[in-house]
Amino acid sequence: MTIHWNSFSEFLAMGGYGVYVWGSFGVNALIMIVEPIVAIQRRKSLVARLKRQSRATDRNKEQ
Amino acid sequence: MNNRLINWFKFASPQSFYPLAGKMIPWFAALAVVFGVAGLWLGMVVAPTDFQQGEGYRIIFIHVPASWMSMFIYLVMAFWAALGLAYNTRLSGMMAQALAPTGALMAFLSLWTGALWGKPMWGTWWVWDARLTSELILLFLYIGFIALQASIDDPRRADKAGAVLALVGVVNIPIIYFSVKWWNTLHQGSSVSLTKSPSMAALMLWGMLLMALCFWMYSIAIALYRARSIMLERERGTEWVKEVLAAEGQGVSK
Repeated sequence: MTIHWNSFSEFLAMGGYGVYVWGSFGVNALIMIVEPIVAIQRRKSLVARLKRQSRATDRNKEQ
Repeated sequence: MNNRLINWFKFASPQSFYPLAGKMIPWFAALAVVFGVAGLWLGMVVAPTDFQQGEGYRIIFIHVPASWMSMFIYLVMAFWAALGLAYNTRLSGMMAQALAPTGALMAFLSLWTGALWGKPMWGTWWVWDARLTSELILLFLYIGFIALQASIDDPRRADKAGAVLALVGVVNIPIIYFSVKWWNTLHQGSSVSLTKSPSMAALMLWGMLLMALCFWMYSIAIALYRARSIMLERERGTEWVKEVLAAEGQGVSK
């Protein structure tokens, strides 16, 4: 299990394929970070909206 | 009805599936991170250079898992769709709807990483070859499913329409999978097959399998999370959703 790279800059260069390799991994990472954030945001706004609606129906019942 | 049947149907109701999914999500998310770190370590740090493709081959560690997931998620989606059409269960449509966006993103990732791999290796970002074209059609099927469901207001009718589209589109999955065998394509054959031993070095293979497990766990976690939101939205006004909402305000997740 030895480390394959001699230096960090060599790791970044990816033997000349850096743009392609990091372009792939970068977009992948972006998607896997943004997708959960969007899902969490949507859930938060959904819960807030459902609470408002249920409060409104409760008020209507009381009147 | 025997007991087993009753238990099975118990979890098919959103009311009992909701808390179960809530308990499972952190585990799947944690496993995704563990498998991801291990896979990236093996694939990006330890694995040796490929004798043909140099370091450029390392795109395989996300390209293959994303492609597998894009096909597998579609099959699961179609399975739920068929179940929904046959038994009219509430959960089925919610699961299919929850899976579609992640499937679409996986199909996009497969095409994106494929283009970035194709450019240095084949000299082109894109060719209209069987494997690439059928994967593009898969992306369009996902987008079509999402758009169709979004365009119909009544959720039960949206589920039915989406289910029919999902089932018709299943024909595309074997076409993608076998395209490299059936037609002469630029795309290389499968690196891993069930019938013969893999044509990859052991370290590379393990890196790829760990990344595939990471993508699995990620997909399950995010789909369950989305399914929970869909359940709340669709079942709003019921007692159990009111209880969930009440608990949510006190910082207690249920």
